[in-house]
Amino acid sequence: MIDQVKQKINELLSQGSVKGVVALAYAHGHAGPCLFQKGDDLDALCLGDEKKAGDVRYPLNKVLITLARQYPDDVFGVLVRGCDERGLYGLYRLKQLEPDKVVPIGISCPRDLALACECKKPWPDDMTAGEAPNEKESGGTEQKGVQDVEGKEQPERFDFWKDQFLKCVKCYGCRDICPMCFCYDCSLECEDLVSKGDLPVDIPTFHLVRAMHMADRCIDCGLCDEACPVDIPLRLLYKKTAEVMNHEFGFTSGINKNEISPLSLMGPMPEK
Amino acid sequence: MDYKNTLTTCTYCGCGCNFFLESLDGRLTGTIPCKTGPVNEGKLCIKGWNAHEFVQSDERLKKPLLRKDGELVEVSWDEALDFTATRLKEIQKTNGPDAIGFCASAKVTNEENYIMQKFARAGVGTNSVDHCARL
Ligand code: SF4
Ligand code: SF4
Ligand code: SF4
Repeated sequence: MIDQVKQKINELLSQGSVKGVVALAYAHGHAGPCLFQKGDDLDALCLGDEKKAGDVRYPLNKVLITLARQYPDDVFGVLVRGCDERGLYGLYRLKQLEPDKVVPIGISCPRDLALACECKKPWPDDMTAGEAPNEKESGGTEQKGVQDVEGKEQPERFDFWKDQFLKCVKCYGCRDICPMCFCYDCSLECEDLVSKGDLPVDIPTFHLVRAMHMADRCIDCGLCDEACPVDIPLRLLYKKTAEVMNHEFGFTSGINKNEISPLSLMGPMPEK
Repeated sequence: MDYKNTLTTCTYCGCGCNFFLESLDGRLTGTIPCKTGPVNEGKLCIKGWNAHEFVQSDERLKKPLLRKDGELVEVSWDEALDFTATRLKEIQKTNGPDAIGFCASAKVTNEENYIMQKFARAGVGTNSVDHCARL
């Protein structure tokens, strides 16, 4: 898989069709985000599979936004998994990236990762390496985590989330790592909603404000879960929000390239 | 175009979390926790997450400040060190070594803290050594 990715990056860079490629590379023994440019050695390239598949993923689209804001006229390649491509679609829709300035280099995820992620689509439409399993084989569509919580009685569910939110240390890591959080002014820093410098965090405002803001944006990559120092199951919360969006509006963030969010429409609901 | 992620250790406390300082064309643009860092495994506290902010802050002190006639004024390192050494000696002589206390820092290395306590004990002659994490 990595050889096909290398070959594609080489092609793009040597043809000059991109200014650089955002991917992952080893340096000093650790994988991290990097920008490959023409003439760079691709030996250090990696795909973020350390001990397990996809256990060292980074928000590469976020890096891309940083570059695009500074160099709006340049075209960049970016390494994407299924969730990252969903992110690209969302970021095009939200006008944070321009589709004609991005060349995705897609890789699919193996079944064990897709199951762990309960991923709706563990492969990108535009695939450089790997293969798209059929939906049944991918096995990820079953949202067991959400069903489990749903199976509890309401008071138990209430206590479950209250206890989870109480653990929050307000590090803002869930926001800072999120490839779909790009606002200059963040509601979580608005003192009418969230008090400044106080713990415990405002419950449930802090987590529910974020969940609402992610309703049509979260592409279910799970990076927030991984960054939370106190293991609050944030992804589970956003999976539930996504389920509501899907049931009510038939909308799934990033699944279809040109889909408009129901939350950005004014007036009556369009026909489904 | 010079985009880099520099792997480094957080300076805020003694835990030693690893993160990348992200920079574009020589300016810091972000902090990204290192997932394979054994101490923090891709997580950070709020101070670590904002480590890139203070480096380029306009409010950052770049020179020592000395209070003269009630006002803090910028002075050279030589002047600041001379003043400090002179006053420390005077205080030690007139009020004894225990009139002086030393506060170590989480933001420096183990070795620097070692030197500081050595200076306190062997140089000045006091055991009054404490640490900023207890303040
Ligand atoms: S969410 Fe899906 S595409 Fe993303 S890492 Fe998990 S399995 Fe892969
Ligand atoms: S899973 Fe978390 S990090 Fe990923 S897009 Fe959703 S909210 Fe952001
Ligand atoms: S990452 Fe976890 S602890 Fe940090 S602000 Fe988010 S929910 Fe709270």
